[in-house]
Amino acid sequence: MTIDPELLRLLLYLVGFIAFIATNAAYLVWLERKEAGHIQCRIGPKEVGPFGLLQPVADGLKLMTKQLIIPKGADSFLFRLGPVLVMTPAVMCFVTIPYSDTIVARNLDVGLLAIFAFASVNVLGLLLGAWGSRNKYAVISAARVVSQNVAYEIPMLIVIVTMVMVTGTMNLHEVVTTQLGGFWHWNVFRFTASPLMPVAFLIYFVCMLAETNRAPFDMAEAESELIAGAFTEYPGMGFGVFFMGEYANIVVGTSMATILFLGGWDCPFGLWPGLHWFLIKMYALIFTVIWIRWTFPRTTFYSLLNLSWKVLIPVAFANLILTSALLKVL
Amino acid sequence: MKAYIRDIVNGTWSLLVGMTITIRYFFGPVVTLQYPHQTVPMKPRFRGHIDLVLDERKGTNKCIVCNACMKTCPSGCITLEGEKREGVKQKVLTYYQLDFTKCSLCGLCVEVCPTAALDFSKDYNLVGSQESEFVFDLLKRLEERKQ
Ligand code: SF4
Ligand code: SF4
Repeated sequence: MTIDPELLRLLLYLVGFIAFIATNAAYLVWLERKEAGHIQCRIGPKEVGPFGLLQPVADGLKLMTKQLIIPKGADSFLFRLGPVLVMTPAVMCFVTIPYSDTIVARNLDVGLLAIFAFASVNVLGLLLGAWGSRNKYAVISAARVVSQNVAYEIPMLIVIVTMVMVTGTMNLHEVVTTQLGGFWHWNVFRFTASPLMPVAFLIYFVCMLAETNRAPFDMAEAESELIAGAFTEYPGMGFGVFFMGEYANIVVGTSMATILFLGGWDCPFGLWPGLHWFLIKMYALIFTVIWIRWTFPRTTFYSLLNLSWKVLIPVAFANLILTSALLKVL
Repeated sequence: MKAYIRDIVNGTWSLLVGMTITIRYFFGPVVTLQYPHQTVPMKPRFRGHIDLVLDERKGTNKCIVCNACMKTCPSGCITLEGEKREGVKQKVLTYYQLDFTKCSLCGLCVEVCPTAALDFSKDYNLVGSQESEFVFDLLKRLEERKQ
């Protein structure tokens, strides 16, 4: 019997992605705690293994050994479906992300579109999970998550449309190839397309924070001190899967920022491009995401919606119009 | 319109200032004391539960069983017994019990003791799951400390 090499390739990528997402989520939690510790003049985890490096393993074991309780009267099908619907689209997003010139699972021509299509399913998962758990607070939280995500998807997509206009393609591989050859070619600094490019990057970044429900936009969850919002009722690994999905989304979001604005795997000085540069940029952005979380207090829900509707959307639109005008003229 | 733009610019700027402050702390030194592994030296004025003082010269306690501490204690947490022994001028302490669950650490017993036989211990690692674990036999503790 011969195995179709294409099938083998897909399987390998799938296994690779899931392994990557799981370890990545675990170690991002570790990084988060370390960074939080150092910002607050503490050390962070340090007891389990060197530098607390085995802490994620211990946490994972703890989560897995916990009993999976389904609340009485909950819709057990939706309750189980919730985490899956959060996790699956996150995994799907990884399919079209090119990590280097050669490392990409599927080089789709509509890669950008695919990612944003998948990324928006995540909200549905949260909503269904909350609805299925038969808990009013979870449903209210889920409603907040949805309104927040809808509010921030708009400016984000406007920025994406701008970027598609600038690069002229939705193929992520090509998006990167148009930026190769040093940091002055990167889209953040492409002032010929629009002088507001760094602002667009900022808007994208803020939207990404809000989309992934990260602080300071995490009032729907507040998992660190109050309750876990939409997934209040989830015990053990159910909660863990939501978390893995959240961290996977952060990785997807920062990867997209890297690809769209920071030249993907390109080296800033035009030397040795490759996977390492992609990872350096991505993890630098993730570091910033965590850094922001431990700097700013949580906003109120009204100022969150105000920020999106009154600031980000108008500015993103202005940038879109300016870019299109400049592209026409130049 | 002008105020709107000023708001955005000022807001962004203040956020950036906030971030520079936290990153300075990130690279700054860690000040936590790693408690179970490290401890701060205890200050001499620290007031733990009371303890009998060891008389280096005699190798035993300094108590003369005058009962002053027992009488002065407002919470009634001290119980002591003594006996007269052949060849010893004063009474000898045979039992000294402190019920630390009631003690208010007022220090009256330490003040009132004519021979300075009582003092505050430096013991702060006190935990237990039962009330009875905080009823100390101070004489026994003194014997244990001697060894
Ligand atoms: S410190 Fe005060 S309350 Fe405690 S045993 Fe002495 S006299 Fe009693
Ligand atoms: S006051 Fe001092 S000497 Fe008198 S019984 Fe109490 S501990 Fe002993």
